[in-house]
Amino acid sequence: MACGKDGEQEQDPRIGGIAASIRVVPDFPKKGIMFQDITTLLLDPKAFKNTVDLFVERYIGKDVSVVAGIEARGFIFGPPIALAIGAKFIPLRKPRKLPGEVISEKYVLEYGTDCLEMHVGAVQPGDRALVVDDLIATGGTLCAAMNLLERAGAEVVECACVIELPELKGREKLNGKPLYVLVESR
Amino acid sequence: MAVCEDKEQDPRIQLIASSIRVVPDFPKKGIMFQDITTLLLDPKAFKDTVDLFVERYTGNGISVVAGVEARGFIFGPPIALAIGAKFIPLRKPRKLPGEVISENYVLEYGTDCLQMHVGAVQPGERALVVDDLVATGGTLCAAISLLERAGAEVVECACVIELPELKGREKLNGKPLYILMESH
Repeated sequence: MACGKDGEQEQDPRIGGIAASIRVVPDFPKKGIMFQDITTLLLDPKAFKNTVDLFVERYIGKDVSVVAGIEARGFIFGPPIALAIGAKFIPLRKPRKLPGEVISEKYVLEYGTDCLEMHVGAVQPGDRALVVDDLIATGGTLCAAMNLLERAGAEVVECACVIELPELKGREKLNGKPLYVLVESR
Repeated sequence: MAVCEDKEQDPRIQLIASSIRVVPDFPKKGIMFQDITTLLLDPKAFKDTVDLFVERYTGNGISVVAGVEARGFIFGPPIALAIGAKFIPLRKPRKLPGEVISENYVLEYGTDCLQMHVGAVQPGERALVVDDLVATGGTLCAAISLLERAGAEVVECACVIELPELKGREKLNGKPLYILMESH
C-alpha cells in the first residue's frame, strides 16, 4: 500500500505507521475487491490517535464549524475531530435512520442507487463544513454528502478521508472541492 | 428528563439532558425516540458527555472500548482515544470483513445479530461496552456475550440514556451499567 501525501514534499512520519496498521481483506464484499479494513487501525491506539491528530492539526483554527461524518465509518473518525476543533458533529445516514425532518440526496452505485440523509436544521447558512469518511473510492458518497451540506447553505471547505483509491478517480467527482487524504492505495 | 444515579448530580448533566431531543412516533407510533443528534450539535454538551465517561474510566486498566453500531461509534472512539484503549466496532451482519463471531439476540418481533472480529480482543482484556441508549438491554447483552466469548472481562456498560421502565439493567447478567440520565 503506497503512502500518499497532501501535496507537501515531506511525508509526516506518522503516516507510515498508520498505513501499516490498515489490513487488506481480499474478495470482500465480493470477489475481486481488495477491501481496505480500518478496524486494525482502531486496534492500535497510537495509530488511531495519530490519524485524528493529523486531521485536527490541519483544521484547527480554520473556523470550521461543522464536521459531517458518513455512516458508519465516518462516525468513528468524525466525532474526535469535531470535539478537538470545537465543531458540531452531524451524522449523514442511510434512509429512515434519522428521526424527524430530513433532506435526502440520491447517488449512483455500480448497480442501482443509494440515498444519504441529513437533518433539517443541522447546519445553518454560512457554516463552514468538513466531510469525513474512512475511504474515498468512486466519490459518489462524498459527492452526495457535499450536496446535502450545500443545499442547506453550508460551505464545504474540504473532504477528509484516511484512504484514497486514486485509480477510481473519486477526486474528480468532487466538483472542485479539495480532498485531503492520509494514504493512497493502488 | 435529568436524573443521575449519584447523590449530587454533576452540574454538566443538566445541559447534556436538555440538549437531547425527543421525537414522537419514531420509528413507529407510540415510541418517544431519544434523539442524541441535537447533543452532537452542541460542542460543549458533546465534550461534557465524553469527559464524564473519560473521568470515570481513566486509570482503570481498560484496554478495550467496544461500540455498538452505529451510535456507539460516535461516543466510543473519543472515550477510547482519551483513555488509550483500542476501539472495537460491534456491527450488524456482513459489515465486518474477514473472520467474525456472531451473537443472535431477540427483538420485539424477530431476532437480530451482532458481530465482532475474531482476534479483536485477547483473553484477559478489560472492556467497556458503549452505546447511546439502553432500552430492553438486548443489544448490550449480545455485546457483552461477544466480548466474554473472546475471553475479555466486561468491566461496565456505559450509555448516555437509560429507559428504566424497560428494565434493560436486569438483562446484563449482573454487569454494572453507568448512565448519565434516565428518561421516563
